[in-house]
Amino acid sequence: MTTPAIELRGITKRFGPVQALRGADFTLAPGEVHALLGENGAGKSTLMHIVYGLVRPDAGTIVVRGVTVAPRRPRDARRLGIGMVHQHFTAIPALTVAENVALTAGWPLRPAPLRARVLALMKRVGLPLEPSAVAGGLTVAARQRLEILKALAADATILLLDEPTAVLAPPDAAELLRVVRDFAAGGGSVVLITHKLDEALRTADWVTALRAGRVTLSGPASAQTPQSLAEAMIGSAAPPPPGRRRAVAERAPLVRCEMLDLSREDGRGLALRGVSLTIAAGEVLGIAAVEGSGQRELLRAIAGLVRPLRGRLDVTGPVAFVPEDRTTEGLIGELALTDNVVLGLGRAAAWVRGPRLDWGAARDRTAALIHHFGIRAPGPDVPAAALSGGNQQKLVIARAMELLPRVIVAENPTRGLDVHAAADVWQRLGAAADDGASVVVHSSDLDEVLERADRTVVVAKGMMTVAPAGAGRSEIGAMMLGAGPGGGGEGGGAA
Amino acid sequence: MKSSGLIAGVAALALGLGVLAAGLWLAGYDATSALAALWRGAFGSWYAFTSATLVRAVPLIIIGLGIAVAFRANALNIGAEGQFYAGAMAATWAGLHLAGTAPVIAIPAVWLAAATAGALWVLLPAWLRLRFGVLEVISTLLLNFVAESLVSWMVQGPLQEAKRIYPQSDPIAEAARLPLLPGTRLHLGALVGIVLAGLVWYVFRRTVWGFELLATGTGPRAARVSGRIDVGRVTALALLWSGAIAGLAGGVEVGGVSYALFQNLSPGYGFTGIAVALLARLRPLAIVATGVLFGALEAGAGAMQRDAGIPAVAVYVVEGVIILAVLLADAMARRARTAMVLPDAEPEPA
Repeated sequence: MTTPAIELRGITKRFGPVQALRGADFTLAPGEVHALLGENGAGKSTLMHIVYGLVRPDAGTIVVRGVTVAPRRPRDARRLGIGMVHQHFTAIPALTVAENVALTAGWPLRPAPLRARVLALMKRVGLPLEPSAVAGGLTVAARQRLEILKALAADATILLLDEPTAVLAPPDAAELLRVVRDFAAGGGSVVLITHKLDEALRTADWVTALRAGRVTLSGPASAQTPQSLAEAMIGSAAPPPPGRRRAVAERAPLVRCEMLDLSREDGRGLALRGVSLTIAAGEVLGIAAVEGSGQRELLRAIAGLVRPLRGRLDVTGPVAFVPEDRTTEGLIGELALTDNVVLGLGRAAAWVRGPRLDWGAARDRTAALIHHFGIRAPGPDVPAAALSGGNQQKLVIARAMELLPRVIVAENPTRGLDVHAAADVWQRLGAAADDGASVVVHSSDLDEVLERADRTVVVAKGMMTVAPAGAGRSEIGAMMLGAGPGGGGEGGGAA
Repeated sequence: MKSSGLIAGVAALALGLGVLAAGLWLAGYDATSALAALWRGAFGSWYAFTSATLVRAVPLIIIGLGIAVAFRANALNIGAEGQFYAGAMAATWAGLHLAGTAPVIAIPAVWLAAATAGALWVLLPAWLRLRFGVLEVISTLLLNFVAESLVSWMVQGPLQEAKRIYPQSDPIAEAARLPLLPGTRLHLGALVGIVLAGLVWYVFRRTVWGFELLATGTGPRAARVSGRIDVGRVTALALLWSGAIAGLAGGVEVGGVSYALFQNLSPGYGFTGIAVALLARLRPLAIVATGVLFGALEAGAGAMQRDAGIPAVAVYVVEGVIILAVLLADAMARRARTAMVLPDAEPEPA
């Protein structure tokens, strides 16, 4: 048997009150794509952060290619030939692609030789990008490619990928996974952290599942089924998704757009043109779109946050908005849960009396919301930043429902959530629709949209198109890239 | 929470005094007699306490409250010194024209003029911030120099005394002068500081606007998207109120202490006021305490210079160490607070 690329034995790590890892073992063979599965908080990222020198384990040994090591910082790991792509982008937006690669790899910054070196790297890896492009101006898919280039720049032979496809559209995700397979075929080893079971089954040779810091499954991918993986991750078979897809009766529309033109968020040109759309009471409308296609502008216009450039937009209030980025736009992490509830309910809330604010009433109501929505928090006075992502989102949703909204606009509401938390969010949105609200949701997970929405529209290349009834995943995926019916419209308008 | 803040404050003060003593000792001064002089100058007698310490504390407290209003919204008003001078100029002008009126009219009129001038002095930075995103740190700071130059011109030009000898104004009308606490030089401004502290406390803790300031300051994007708060408007208003309060401090100083306008009326109150507010962590009632503390240090510094021959600026060492220590402790406490993340799943018993 060959020497494993990485071998972890009995890794244990505790963060304050949270036991993140409980004696986890993990073996990565050379030339292997190894999927690492688990719910949020199962310990996947922590395990890889330990390998990458970002976190030091309380106990356990790390063996890289037969040598016991103790990486204390990412530089140590890179010297061992380990590269990592993090869940969030780490490229510096103001620098070019080449400069970002050079920074991670420790290459000199002189432009001409650097360009040649970066181009050679791109050719070797099979990820083309313009070296002189500024990172901040890249599309999401291109940014993710840059992250992989950065990870591989210093001749890495071991690649750790933390949910690399979470933000990508299906075709872009497929391309990325192809690069990953090629890298492994060339002798590299890859750890692929993912939430997506089918992705793990399609791409990986070997699968390891973590639950609450323990390894619950480790075996060849070919021997697994989605059910067996879900069971290893969650403990019991995942509940079947309650298919919605109801035919909504001809009820009065709560949202009506006519020939809307919307400016891009950065003010440069048009994001969307000629959008006409009605959303009925009780309907869940899904928006399928690749990031940056204009869905953000559309959702924010419906939510009343931006004014349309032209056209008519009638929305029956109150409108609740669930922003994509709950840590910067949904909540204020520094402030208590009560403060965050007060923030979202504004001046119409029961605890506002003229200019005065009755904090006692707000606090009581927050405590009630924590209870009703099953938010795991010691009380209404803890800062929102102390909550996990799933519980933060529960708070955002609870607060949205507290407005008694007629229209709910949700922007990628399950991003970064585990299966349970995501199901909870969808259940709340579905229940609101059943009570007669109009729900508009965009999710970067196309399967989610197809599963949960009554009707799907596609936003691509500055246009909105209603997906034909019964359109399948591949058909809609093609439309999202502007290849399907209704595509070919011009993206950017005048400056 | 509160008592731990107090302990941290006292520890920081002790640290600051310790550093001062060590520095004086190393420089060959008699540290003991220096610190004794510092104490005597600040708290040595009823007169020293009221007429030196508290008289200096009044402008620091009022300015500190103004700073807190702006900083709470993360509008970094560094221009309190300029706004103080704008208030002082307007107060002098008003005070010179109020001869023959009753104090009940003259005093509020002076305050109103001073507050209005302070607000006007920050109007340009507020507008630049709102319209073009110009950083108020820079615009307010630079206007300090403009204000000082303007005072310099005023006391040699339009507001110069009738005799035209010294670069100072004539004394303001008797009616516009603040009543004194008998036997001391402590004036009605002390009461203004305390009442204002209560008022700002109420606004911060009990009103919607106070919360909007906090939300804008701590999470402007969330405030705009989730709170539907007009963040630009809140920031601009915070700057204007901050300027008005700093201007009021200038009016109170002219009405209660100097009775006239001259250059260097403020020994840097506008900057020390920032330290006063930060040390109190922008809490209005704590600002009263830190204002008195810094007033005592400044009063004691004078005595130290007179009695022990040590330059008064040595006291800035104490002020600097205190601020650094408290800010450091604060940052560490915040990091510890938000680093604790609660898990999603029920943690198993370990």
